[in-house]
Amino acid sequence: MLQTATGLTGWLLLRPAQANTQLQDAVRAWAGGTPVQSGRVQIDIATVVDNGNTVPLGVRVDSPMTASDHVVAIAVFNERNPQADVLRCQLGPRAGKAQVSTRIRLATTQKLTAVARMSDGSCWQQTVEVIVALAACLEELQ
Amino acid sequence: MSARTLIKAPKTARRGEVIEISAIIGHPMESGFRPGADGQRLPRNIITRFSCHYDDALVFAAEFSPAISANPLIAFHTVAVASGTLRLSWEGEQGFRHSESVTITVA
Repeated sequence: MLQTATGLTGWLLLRPAQANTQLQDAVRAWAGGTPVQSGRVQIDIATVVDNGNTVPLGVRVDSPMTASDHVVAIAVFNERNPQADVLRCQLGPRAGKAQVSTRIRLATTQKLTAVARMSDGSCWQQTVEVIVALAACLEELQ
Repeated sequence: MSARTLIKAPKTARRGEVIEISAIIGHPMESGFRPGADGQRLPRNIITRFSCHYDDALVFAAEFSPAISANPLIAFHTVAVASGTLRLSWEGEQGFRHSESVTITVA
């Protein structure tokens, strides 16, 4: 009984961690050893999405975008699509404004993380959770 | 290879102004995870890279993945530094290549 209880608790504790692995691994690999701090990045996405095939996504980074202090790269990763990658952008001081938008696919309800790398080498992130009612990629299975 | 594009960029700008450029290109962005009518997976065919050159200087580039929707839209900003040409290029799998140019007059 005790073992079952322990096993169940273990499973309950491990499950979210496993689901998160794809996302965390991708962010860690992209940051390349640099600690990723929370803040400065803002994701614009609807919290509840009707159709996962085309979800408008915007990422904004708080940066003056000058030659000495600008955003070098922005990347977006997901938790539960078949692949963790969504978008990787290369920017420079000539971008003027660290803001990009696109439209993405979401296979299911999941978390999204946007990471930005600054010219001083620091990395910043934000994670949001998106609820998807109708998933991407499945329409031809029915 | 030809493709239909829709590019939104201002025709004129003041010097130093931050302008927004958005571009859509007609492309299926086949993810490689989706079965076709015969139950077999459709082979992956996506655009992998987008770049924008402002008079030969690279100002923005993006790498797409299968998680980008069909007919990909990309919107970004740049500083209007001088009158010139913005060259937007897309490169993808199965030899896909397309580029478009828009001119901008900076006063």
